[in-house]
Amino acid sequence: MEAYFDNSATTRVLDSVMDIVVKTMTVDYGNAAAKHRKGMEAEQYIREARAEIAKTLKAADKEILFTSGGSESNNMALIGTALANQRAGKHIISTAIEHPSVYNPLAYLEELGFEVTFLPVDHDGHISLQQLEEAVRPDTILVSVMYVNNEVGAVEPVEEISRIVKKKNPKTLLHVDAIQAYGKYVIRPKKQGIDLLSVSGHKIHGPKGIGFLYIANGVKIKPLIYGGGQQAGLRSGTENVPGAAGLGVAAREMYTNHEEKVRHLIGLKDYMTDRMGEIEGTVVNSKKGTDSAPQIVSVSFEGVRSEVLLHALEDRGIYVSSGSACSSHHPGISGTLKGIGVAQKLLDSTIRFSFGLFNTKEEIDYCIDVLKELVPVLRRYQRG
Amino acid sequence: MVYQSFLIKYAEIGTKGKNRYLFEDALIKQIKHALKKVEGSFIASKESGRIYVEALSDYDYDEVIEALQHVFGIAWICPMVQIEEKDYENLKKVVVDYVDQVYPDKNFTFKVDSRRADKNYPVRSEQMNCDLGEVILNAFPETKVNVHTPDVLLHVEVRKLVNIYSLMIPGPGGMPVGTNGKAMLLLSGGIDSPVAGYMIAKRGVKIDAVYFHAPPYTSDRAKQKVVDLAKLVSRYSGPIPLHIVNFTDIQLYIYEKCPHEELTIIMRRYMMKIAEAIAAKTDSLALITGESIGQVASQTVQSLAATNEVCTMPVFRPLIGFDKQEIIDISEKIGTFETSIQPFEDCCTIFVAKHPVTKPNIKIIHKSEENLAEKIDEMVATAIETAEVVWCE
Repeated sequence: MEAYFDNSATTRVLDSVMDIVVKTMTVDYGNAAAKHRKGMEAEQYIREARAEIAKTLKAADKEILFTSGGSESNNMALIGTALANQRAGKHIISTAIEHPSVYNPLAYLEELGFEVTFLPVDHDGHISLQQLEEAVRPDTILVSVMYVNNEVGAVEPVEEISRIVKKKNPKTLLHVDAIQAYGKYVIRPKKQGIDLLSVSGHKIHGPKGIGFLYIANGVKIKPLIYGGGQQAGLRSGTENVPGAAGLGVAAREMYTNHEEKVRHLIGLKDYMTDRMGEIEGTVVNSKKGTDSAPQIVSVSFEGVRSEVLLHALEDRGIYVSSGSACSSHHPGISGTLKGIGVAQKLLDSTIRFSFGLFNTKEEIDYCIDVLKELVPVLRRYQRG
Repeated sequence: MVYQSFLIKYAEIGTKGKNRYLFEDALIKQIKHALKKVEGSFIASKESGRIYVEALSDYDYDEVIEALQHVFGIAWICPMVQIEEKDYENLKKVVVDYVDQVYPDKNFTFKVDSRRADKNYPVRSEQMNCDLGEVILNAFPETKVNVHTPDVLLHVEVRKLVNIYSLMIPGPGGMPVGTNGKAMLLLSGGIDSPVAGYMIAKRGVKIDAVYFHAPPYTSDRAKQKVVDLAKLVSRYSGPIPLHIVNFTDIQLYIYEKCPHEELTIIMRRYMMKIAEAIAAKTDSLALITGESIGQVASQTVQSLAATNEVCTMPVFRPLIGFDKQEIIDISEKIGTFETSIQPFEDCCTIFVAKHPVTKPNIKIIHKSEENLAEKIDEMVATAIETAEVVWCE
């Protein structure tokens, strides 16, 4: 049996996504900027995808900018707005548990002379709203927070964050990294007070190499990539028609019968969380139900090294990640796990199971059976 | 300048007496192998005690030089201009043209060294030296003749064709692979073992390699890293069959039955035993390790003696007296360093004790190994039988 439980790293594309990607690669393969009919036909796919996506956010079509994925969206949101608004101030606020694609652009901005305040999180992975309020200053141009944390699934109160920030400084922009949240939550940027929102295609059963940045009308932002002036000059480069079309279809599918899809994911999460209790020496770091993201279960296995367990599971066709796949190549310990106060001895023993639309309860049963067999054996052999 | 041909100068194989042809043939074989991966077609041949590489088509000069610089046995690579038209006046023109193109800065001293292998050629070599020196001096007044220590030694050889060359590009030295038997390299994925393999291959030894894989404690990426390293070494040594041994069961069994401080030593003893058995099965005559005295607990003199005790084959440890930095320098030179430092766990470190023994007492080790008597022979036999071979080139 194969059980792919690493959907927060990437997902299998939906068949409908595959179909439109193939079609735009083999039949309607024109350059969307070309003047002839073949170009216009390709452009039509982009328009439709943009409209589909805008509809899921109740946003305007022109507020959707296609990018190469989550990392570019985050880079554009941070560097693009910082450079465009630096005359208003050079102070930025973020949190201690951000993804490297937020953290590293911020480090770059610090080199350019911007000042960044990183807010700590409590044991639930939430920032303190009081500390946030105290941190906002007249020269704060941007606040960047994660909607859903990619390692333990903690959800930040985005709407309240926006209210507090805007009350203290109405000019401050709010960027939300929604890469693990889009498709799982109904997001209404206007209502929730979000100015910029980053999304990645391949986390929602869409293609890799495509994502988008929602940019609220009127937000001042500079491009990262200069060239032929595509996408109103904000993001030059020949438009990725198969990617955009695939992302449009994935977005539409995720928000069709949306509640049912989220219930499916929460059902899987709660079922796995409950059954984890059958294995001795486990600590579940994520929460059940709607208190944390529907797709993520984070579990620490006492006395087992997560990387060894990961490879032992892979041998049985079960795919998970240790910490976050994006940073697993760096042997450093997860900042998020430390941030939420996971015990020192469990930091290196934590596995993330993340679900997608294709997962089933039977796969979880299989996984629990395998864990019951492997964990005691692996525990017997520990490092000196 | 377009060089149609390269003169290959070899070092030590020139001294091998009656066996010399064997070494030359091995060198030609290795040159042909190295040039297979280069675009273009070439002939490598032996002619009156010299080896030539001749290009039959267009080729990329840098690519050819790089390929030849990976062939052990080559001391120098001399790119040659060859002319068929032996007419003396024409030769003078070509020589002037050659000097002009190869040396844009004319501020140098030179000497012409002519040889006349074709004794029917009308001009004697001493006369050629004078005449050609004169035309160069006339064409480029900044140049000077220096017959004792010239900056440029210009060779002009009249054979079937006339060869003109002066550049000498260093090769890697050593002896052609295949002239000195075969040995089994214990390849771990670290910095040292690929360097050790390179050094032994440099002495003309063919290389097989063995890697101990311990899933799930070591990952497929760690295994891929070792395959990548073997491929990098194979650019010098020729194709390497990499024997991948599944070592997990043995390692866990030792972990269960023996004191943890002795784990690394006992484990290494079994690695040597298995490597030797596979070496014997595949016609290797020796083992190669990347050990260097005192580098880690398992490489103290006492530890080396303890691991050495289990083998009867000679164990080559070419890095034994090297400092870490000296090893790193070679690994950077041969291009294995960047791959070696990728952070994947190898099986030597996964169960390493906090304080491993550094001066193992051989009697105590024997005593501990008695605890393994029940199953270990069978496990070793299984490990040898189930080893998988990956061809790395």
